Amino acid sequence: MRAYLPKYNLTTAKSLEHALQMMNDSKRPIAGGTDLMVLFDMGNLPPGDYVNIHRIPDLQGIEVNDDYVEIGALTTYSQLRQHEIIQQEFPCICEAAKVTGGVAIQNRGTIGGNIANASPAADTPPALLVYDADLKIVSATGEKIVAYENFHTGYKQMQLAKNELIQRIRLPRKNKHNLHYYRKVGTRKAQAISKLCMAGVANFTPEKIVQIKIALASVAPTVIRCKKTEAYFCEKQYAQIDICEAKRILQTEIAAIDDLRSTKEYRIQVACNLIQEFFDLITEENNE
Amino acid sequence: MEEKKNLSQKEISRRSFLKGAGIASVGAVIATTASVDIKADTKNDSDVIGKNGISCEFDVNGKKYAQKVPPRTTLAELLREDLNLTGTKVVCDRGACGACTVIVDGKSVCSCMTLAIDSAGKKIETIEGLANGDELHPLQEAFVNHDALQCGFCTPGMVMSCKNLLDHNAQPTLPEVRKAVSGNLCRCGTYPHVFKAVMDVSGKKGE
Repeated sequence: MRAYLPKYNLTTAKSLEHALQMMNDSKRPIAGGTDLMVLFDMGNLPPGDYVNIHRIPDLQGIEVNDDYVEIGALTTYSQLRQHEIIQQEFPCICEAAKVTGGVAIQNRGTIGGNIANASPAADTPPALLVYDADLKIVSATGEKIVAYENFHTGYKQMQLAKNELIQRIRLPRKNKHNLHYYRKVGTRKAQAISKLCMAGVANFTPEKIVQIKIALASVAPTVIRCKKTEAYFCEKQYAQIDICEAKRILQTEIAAIDDLRSTKEYRIQVACNLIQEFFDLITEENNE
Repeated sequence: MEEKKNLSQKEISRRSFLKGAGIASVGAVIATTASVDIKADTKNDSDVIGKNGISCEFDVNGKKYAQKVPPRTTLAELLREDLNLTGTKVVCDRGACGACTVIVDGKSVCSCMTLAIDSAGKKIETIEGLANGDELHPLQEAFVNHDALQCGFCTPGMVMSCKNLLDHNAQPTLPEVRKAVSGNLCRCGTYPHVFKAVMDVSGKKGE
């Protein structure tokens, strides 16, 4: 059932300062609306005062400097997937942007909104995790930088106070990887929330895997990095890696559950399959 | 008999009847809340849009409309209820089906989850803007020629998604066409015909 309209007020902010000042008065932000308007339609959006931040220039644009690619929080999925540097250096983010919703959703949905919506099933966050992203967060009184890895603290919990906004997502450019892996498993390719998705990056030599990063969505209360599994793969001769052992370790790190989109059993199996596929890709690349 | 004749003379369409009934019930709601908010909360700053309706100018298919909209109005509601442009369909009303797709400033969006005030001053294109009088847009003609619709309810959104693709990419590949309409659900299953229609317009014969 649709929400009762008179319980909602919306004010359009003319600048970042204006938005932050209104948020100090406990108004809540709305950007592209691709999450909140769904809740609104179902009658599940908390009534109250909202700030439309969608046109704020300070939250837009992608800036590239020597050390970082800095993505404005209002950057849409369409802008992400078309950005040349992101395509070259952070391909998992482009892949994630491509499989989020359909074209019309990608034209409206924003990366900052996706992060602040804090869904453990979100498509882009695993990619942000493997690229060591951090977030620049602003409020009327100051700003802070939070490593994205530490940002989500529990189901829909995050280091973001009610009066704070994510301003930029920073991706360090110093880490170069030989292989980028992204895979979303869902009911259909477009317009479906994933049953599970995984991002991975790796640096390897013909002898061993030097560095590997694995992040998964939809297998825990938040998106997660699987550091124990990563550690198992690293600094071993390929012959010493037992993929079954890696899968066993992976299962200790995830906490999949049954829900409306999938089952615990299926998710565990798929998570193991994706790890296998990622590892197979590494060995294949090596043999070429 | 007499009564029947009177009714038909008035030519009440189903839609205008329903709209009339809707306005009557909305009137009842306003009456109960009118004491709370009366004036438009625009203060002295035109960028600040407050609690009540705000006058905006909308450019739909090249035609300017001045319309007062409450900030929580969606673009789909504005088009269908206020501007009477009912070609844009609302099916899921939550961005899952793409039936309400329109083009805003050269980008396709789900009008059911885009706020009308966010589209003010921007160039809005809807299905009504495609045909020139009785002369169909080439894309519409191709849809007809290739039987790219059955029940037709997804069609306005489907056509707008295809138009958006062709606007940016006049010679798309088949995968690009598939990707472009991936957000438009057609439960009649007309996709293969849609692909052929788009490929036809682009000058390639769709395989």
